Amino acid sequence: MKILVCISKTPDTTSKIAFTDGNTKFDENGVQYIVNPYDEWYALVRALEIKESLGTGLVAIITVGGADNEPIIRKALAIGADEAVRVDSSDNDSLFVATQIAAYAKSGNFDAVFCGKETINYNGSAVGGMVAELLDWPYISLASKLTLEGNVAVVEREFPGGEEVVEATAPFVLSAAKGLAEQRIPNMRGIMAARTKPLQVIAPVEANTHTKIKLYTLPPAKGACKFIPADQAGDLIRLLHEEAKVI
Amino acid sequence: MSILVFADHHDGKFPKSSFEAVSYAAGIAKALGTDVVALTTSNLSGDGGLGKAGANKVLVHNTNSTDSQQLTRLVLAAAHAVSADIIIFSHEITGKMVAPRVAAKLDAGYVPGATALPDMSDGFSVNKNVFSGKAIATIEVSSSKKVISVLPNSIGLTQDGSDATVETFAADLGSAGLKVRTVKKEVKDGIPLPEADIVVSAGRGMKGPENWGPVEELAKLLGAATACSRPVADIGWRPHHEHVGQTGVAIRPNLYIAIGISGAIQHLAGVNGSKTIVVINTDQEAPFFKAADYGIVGDAFEVLPKLIEAAKAYNANK
Repeated sequence: MKILVCISKTPDTTSKIAFTDGNTKFDENGVQYIVNPYDEWYALVRALEIKESLGTGLVAIITVGGADNEPIIRKALAIGADEAVRVDSSDNDSLFVATQIAAYAKSGNFDAVFCGKETINYNGSAVGGMVAELLDWPYISLASKLTLEGNVAVVEREFPGGEEVVEATAPFVLSAAKGLAEQRIPNMRGIMAARTKPLQVIAPVEANTHTKIKLYTLPPAKGACKFIPADQAGDLIRLLHEEAKVI
Repeated sequence: MSILVFADHHDGKFPKSSFEAVSYAAGIAKALGTDVVALTTSNLSGDGGLGKAGANKVLVHNTNSTDSQQLTRLVLAAAHAVSADIIIFSHEITGKMVAPRVAAKLDAGYVPGATALPDMSDGFSVNKNVFSGKAIATIEVSSSKKVISVLPNSIGLTQDGSDATVETFAADLGSAGLKVRTVKKEVKDGIPLPEADIVVSAGRGMKGPENWGPVEELAKLLGAATACSRPVADIGWRPHHEHVGQTGVAIRPNLYIAIGISGAIQHLAGVNGSKTIVVINTDQEAPFFKAADYGIVGDAFEVLPKLIEAAKAYNANK
């Protein structure tokens, strides 16, 4: 099975979020980048587990972006992916990115495209569904469990109040949520091997960009916390009703 | 040139997020001098309250399908039928699955998780949250067709519309790409976490799973769902679906009560959309107090009984 895993770089979860250039750009000063956790811990690891359980197949990484993505691509290779491709472009918008991924998935004859359910910086949850539509493939979003029964993938995905269990045969697109796999830490051998695994850089295909971030704003600061003495804790209920009006 | 809104239903009932999406569509329609057409797959008899939320017409195509390809074909057919250039979804499970497909098919700019009505004074811009709720981005959409999904509990619900006309809508859904085997319901009784207006959450400060009784009791008294921090889900004290945080569920309730949770950044990322945050912790230096509206520095085992007593009294006098 040939699985294409989509990864993107995101600021690590403890980064201070600030903006420059008149609040039009994210301030990268001092920011450490990581592989988007949903892409790495869930989509990539599950793809590797599938390859390991079948004893055959290929797991390839794709990212759309500039050369500053190289560290996160090497991390994904160190965790165990076989090869990587970077589409050399700024990552514009979701449809632009999805168009690149769909083109590569098609030309590479992939059986499945895995991505994380969303990135922790844009929170779009869009690329997976767009890739599926561009390829005219089924889409299993918010997948938390995947088992292979022969050539049928049995997938649990989020459903109002619980989970829906669906069956899919390749090819399909899947977006990965918590539970799909467990985070893997690359070992020394993996890190060494990653240095020489193939990382191809390709030009983007023609694609439209219909959305653009024109400004960032920080949310209004929270007012001061109102403390209630522990021995009068019950007073909270009254305040929540009369003052906050949330009960 | 109607505004089309997909009103998702759960077991025949419209969640609040669907009414919010309809209100959002109505807000745009009012500004553009056009009308709102809502599309539903539920087997409606009346207009299900969609008219009050702002729909002028409801199109009913009764199907049990949860397949993204079939639902996409349905939305596209309806959009074509009413000449909709703007299509609205709610940004939850079904919307996240269908809206991007629709946007890709129509070559339309897509704003996922809008938190306010579009600003159409100079082009077309929509705000959404980014960096897991730590900032707001203003997204400019340049295509003539636009798809927007509305972030739940962010838009005020308007309920001043009148009954909508209801018609059945025929469309060829084509075949499903996925086969449904079964549906597992996790929350047998109680309120599903993503839909709860009030959430009572607890963490390591509770010291052990056997101590959760008062947490659950307070939740029940307040009509709340229960949630937890990541560490206690990871060690099996609480079920995984209760974990709220960066890599868990993101929730936006009106009230979030956090007991024995220190408030790491990753936890905050899952709850920073809450309107009111209450933090109960023995440690007055706990970072969570910086994000709280109300705080109690105290022992959960002493504070919870007092809250339970006060909640009972409040319920008795309601």
